[in-house]
Formats: sequence, C-alpha cells, structure tokens
Amino acid sequence: MPRTRTARRAVAAIGAAALAGAMLTACSSSVKTSADATGSPTSTGIKKGLLVYFIPKDTQNPYEVLADKGGEKALTELGGKVVVSSGTQDTAAAQIPSIQAAIQAHANAIVIAGNDPSALCPTLNQAAAAGIAIVSFDSDISCGTSPNHLFINQANTEQVGTSEVDLLAKEIGGKGQIAILSAAASATNQNAWIGYMKQELTKYPNMQLVSTVYGNDDPATSLTVLQGLLSAYPNLRGIISPTTVGISTAAQYLDTHKSLLAHLTLTGLGLPSQMRTYVEDGTVAEFELWNPSNLGYLAGYAAASLASGSASLQTGSTFSGGSLGTYTVLAPSAGTGPSVVLGPPTVFDKSNISNFNF
Amino acid sequence: MTSDLASVSTSPVSNGAAGGPGPRSGRWRAALRWEAALVLVLVAVVLFGAAESSTFLTPTTFFYLGTDIGYIAIMALPMTLIVMTGEIDLSVASALGLSGAMVGYLWHHGWGIWPAVLVALAVGALGGAINGVLVAKVGLPSIAVTIGTLTLYRGLAEVLLGSMTVPAIGDRPFPTSLTNIGVVPVPGTHMSYSLLFFLILAVVFGVLLHATPLGRSLVAIGLQPEAARFVGIRVNRIKLVLYIVSGVMCAFAGILLTLQNASVSYDAGSGLELNVVAIVLFGGVSIFGGRGSILGVVLSVAIVGALEMALTQMNVDPNVQNIVTGVLLLLSVIIPNGGELVRRVRARMRRLTPGS
Repeated sequence: MPRTRTARRAVAAIGAAALAGAMLTACSSSVKTSADATGSPTSTGIKKGLLVYFIPKDTQNPYEVLADKGGEKALTELGGKVVVSSGTQDTAAAQIPSIQAAIQAHANAIVIAGNDPSALCPTLNQAAAAGIAIVSFDSDISCGTSPNHLFINQANTEQVGTSEVDLLAKEIGGKGQIAILSAAASATNQNAWIGYMKQELTKYPNMQLVSTVYGNDDPATSLTVLQGLLSAYPNLRGIISPTTVGISTAAQYLDTHKSLLAHLTLTGLGLPSQMRTYVEDGTVAEFELWNPSNLGYLAGYAAASLASGSASLQTGSTFSGGSLGTYTVLAPSAGTGPSVVLGPPTVFDKSNISNFNF
Repeated sequence: MTSDLASVSTSPVSNGAAGGPGPRSGRWRAALRWEAALVLVLVAVVLFGAAESSTFLTPTTFFYLGTDIGYIAIMALPMTLIVMTGEIDLSVASALGLSGAMVGYLWHHGWGIWPAVLVALAVGALGGAINGVLVAKVGLPSIAVTIGTLTLYRGLAEVLLGSMTVPAIGDRPFPTSLTNIGVVPVPGTHMSYSLLFFLILAVVFGVLLHATPLGRSLVAIGLQPEAARFVGIRVNRIKLVLYIVSGVMCAFAGILLTLQNASVSYDAGSGLELNVVAIVLFGGVSIFGGRGSILGVVLSVAIVGALEMALTQMNVDPNVQNIVTGVLLLLSVIIPNGGELVRRVRARMRRLTPGS
C-alpha cells in the first residue's frame, strides 16, 4: 500500500512538472511587441530606434489604454518603439517589476502613471541612474529631484478641480449635500483635484461636501461605495466622480434607478465613448475630460525628446509635440516639478458628444 | 473544517501517515517526491526564462527577484505552520498593511524609526493574538475569522493614514541607511536584504517544524486534532502562538516593504494574501493539514519569483500571469490530493448506488 501510494504520487509529481512546463511554453506565444520602427517622418534631433516603456496604472483601465495607444502613435512617427507593461491592480507593487524590466531592457525612457506618489521613487531612481529619461503622466509621482522627471499635466490641476465644482453648482443651483466618488485613496491626481474642489466649494456656502468615497477604479468597488453613499445620505443632491471608472459606474447605476435622477445630479471626468448613451438619454447632463490619446501622444514626444537630449527639464525648454504643436517646460511649483500642460479640459454635453470617439 | 479533517483522517481508506511505521516513511518519501518535482519545475522555469529573455540570467534579476518577493515569502513561513495545523490566516496582507501604516503614522507624528518599528511589531502581535483567540479559544472557523480581520485591519490602516502617503510633503524622509535595503544588495552579493531575512527565517522555521517536538505536534494537530489533544498536546495554545507569530512576521514584512519603498500608504500589499497562500500550497503543504515542508515552500518561492520575473521581462500580459498563478495553485491542490479525491468520490458513489 505505501509503495503504490508513493509510486502514484511520483507519477503525479512528474505530471505536475510536465504540465507546468507545457504551460510555460504556451505563454511564450503571447509576448506583445509593438510596431517595428518604420522611420518615416523625422523630427529634428530625435534619435531613431528609441525604446520607451509606458507603465500605466493598470493594463485594463480604458482611459490608460487610449493614452498608451497615443504614445505608440508618437513613437511610431518618430521611428521608435513602445512597450506597455504594468499589472492588473492599481498598486505600486504591481508597477515596480515593470520599471525593473525597463531597466534591464535598457529602455531609453519610461512614461509612468504612478499608483503611489512615493513608493515608486527608489526604483525610478535606479532607472534614472541607468540613464533612462523619466516622464510621468496622468498621475504624477512626487519624488522631489530623485529622480528628476517631467510631468505631462493633462490640464491645469486647479482648473480641473474648480471647473467640476462649478459644473455641478450650475446644475443643482448651488445648494445641497454633495459627495465625491474618487479612485484610490492614495491616487495623486484625484487627491490634488479634490483639494481644489474643497477650495472652490468655499464659494458655495449652501453646498456641503458630506463624504468622499473611494472606488479604487474598480467598477464593483465603485458600485459598492456608491450604494453605501446613497443609503447613508438620502438627501444627496450631487456626486462628482473625478475618474472615468467611477463616473461610468455611477451613470450606469443611475440609468437603472431613474427615480434617483429627480434629485441627484452626476458629473465629473468621463470618457465620451463610455458616457454617450447616458448623456443622450439624459442621465448625465455634462461632464468633462481632455483627450487621453493626445496625452499619451504628447508624453511619447516628450519622452523621445528628453531621451535624445533635444529637450531638457530646464524652465523654458521647448520641444515638438508632433501634430499638437510646440510645448514649453513650465517652472516647478509647489508639489510639482518641471511640467507641461496638455491644454484646457473639454466639457461634453448633448450638443457635442457625438463628435468625440475616444 | 475540523470535523471534515477528523472524518478524512479516521476513514480506513485514507490512513495517511497516522498509522504504523510504514506509512510514515512513505509520507516522507512522498514529500521528497513533491520537492524533487519542484526542483524540476524550478530548473524548467530558469531555462525558460533564459531562453526567452536575454537579461534573465543576470545578477540584477536575482536582486530584483529578492526585493519583489522577499517580503511576501516571509509571510509564507508562519502561514506554512498554520496550514499544517489545518487552519489558515487570510489576514496576512492586511496585517502587513496595518503595521506599515503604523510605522508611517508614528513617523509622520515625529517618532523615531526604531520606536515606530517596535510599536508596529507589537501591533502585528496584537492582530495575530486577536485571530488566535477567536480561532483557538473561541473555536470559530479560521477562514471566517481571518476574512473578517482581513477587512478590519485594512480598514484600520485606512483610518491611520487616510489618503496620505508617508513621508507626506514636509515630513522627514525615512533614514537612507534603512531605505537602502530597497536599492542596494547585501555587500559582496547580489542578494536583497529581504531575501536574506527570508532565508535566515526559513532555517529557523525549518528546524522548528522538522527537528523539534513542537514541529511533530503541529503535524499531529493537522492530521488528527482529537488524538493530538488526547496525548496531551496543547492544541489551542499552539494555535494561538502560531497566529501571534504570523502577526509579528507580517509586521516585519510590512516594515521591510515600507523601508524598501521609502514610503507607505494604507493600501500597501493589498491582495497579497492569495499570493502567500498560493506559495504555501504550491510548496506542497496540504490544505487539509498535517503534510508539508519548509524546503518545499522555499522552492515554491523561488519558482513563483523566477516565473514572475521571466514573464514580466518578456512583457507577457499580466492577466496571463494571473492565470499561470491560478493554474499552479489549482494543480498544487489537485495533484497531491487527486488519489484521495477519486477514492472519496468512488466511496460516495458506492454508497449511493442501491444494492451494491
């Protein structure tokens, strides 16, 4: 009996090894490679064959996917190559291996949307020490000068925060309880906007911010915290969701619970493609965003320019943003290092939403 | 789970190792076979990594592997002992987060690093003790208790830090001499400090499990808790101590992660409990208790770490990486218990078939 048991286990164990081996070879076919360098139009001073790692917050967020595509477009125009690498969860731990992979692949630049303002700094500093240009976009990292990096600001941070409050105030007549449905509690960009929202709210003494909840950019979590919010504050008049995952989840919920719309207004930052049906059927009147594809495209050009030495982090340094025109590096300000601003956010409503396809 | 264990281990067709001297040596051999298979898998992973990525077989990869998995692996050691006794601790990653958050909170409020570290370790011990009392003294199922504390400890971490990342703007940075463990290897080697700590602790846990009466007691508890109680093993006290040890180890891992990243936020390490359980089960530790070895867990750490390194360097979609981890976990539960399951299903079929 013991003997046969042992023999059977041995067979099983070898089976395990064989299966694992088979699995490994199966994986090798799914390696993603971007378009080869074609080397068509040459901008002045950009080196050919640059390798740029795009490290989004995670690989599924539709907003980040669009931004990464914009980056791929930029590098294709410049005769370089983009590798998109990140985890499936919005954590620093999931992004660190991607930075390490970029170092080992001798990438020329890293373009990163930080899941955490500080936890990535030691690893990014190693990358900078290896001669890799660091560009942040979407969500900045606050590493001070180690490493020094360029932040591609999607829009003026203050403008995003204040304009969302103004949009909501206009719709609800400047009074009532409101709440914020954000992404992760540690997300740099959302927290910066929320800071300005609170500042702007002082202009509306009859609007009270009763709660800020965090859906972690996960639809299921966003829905759970939204339902908690609605049951805790039955008199809620407005919700600002400064994240595409939050606003689309909330819009979907309101769409199926139309009775809530009698007293509740939703606005925030959303993707026109996700929000079109809700704007057209009246669930959401207005929301805003910039073009994420352009953001990634500009980040791609900035990364290539820095890696080629044709742009620097000096205030006033200029570089070509391809079809977007020329950009100038802005002076560091409180909490933000050298940066460039993509442009003002666009407000989407029934009249214009069908013109946008991202 | 306890009653299920009892019924499995007392049924005549699945005597496991609890019978005479023959099965005991058989079990040892079986364990060694599993570890031998793990060595083969490790070799396969390394060869695969080397073939698919030109940068895989480099000292840098080894250093990165150590920093990325060392702190997770440290949590796998106490988990091994807990699973050996037929219990589980799903609150490990939250205990890590809470302890890290405690370091950050105290640091933000002007404490020195060493007092903050001591308090964080104490918080870990307290968190473990709460699990331990509820499981061992009150007698609640460990899976339910630790799912509860998983949420509770993460919630407390969020209460401590909120949306703040420490060091916040205006805070002192953590001491560079300590945060260097995230960027500098142990002098003269390419090993990360967290991996070194894991290996030292693995030796301690290995000796404890395989060469002491306490270790034999753990096996006995896992195989036959009732019998263990009757021969005078203090089952409840041992379980309580194991949960406290787990809490302290998770706190240690949380402190290491905080220093490695030179920062901490409340969500540090969220979701890692599943990685820890996966490493332990893939290391050959039986989810039913009573069987497993530290060597297996160490090999499992190496395999999981090397596999993640290789797949990331190849830029394999992270979803595929999750699938690989999931399949490994399933295989490691199905294969060692496959014969058992088939026998049980057959026995049930026989009972259900009338007239046979």
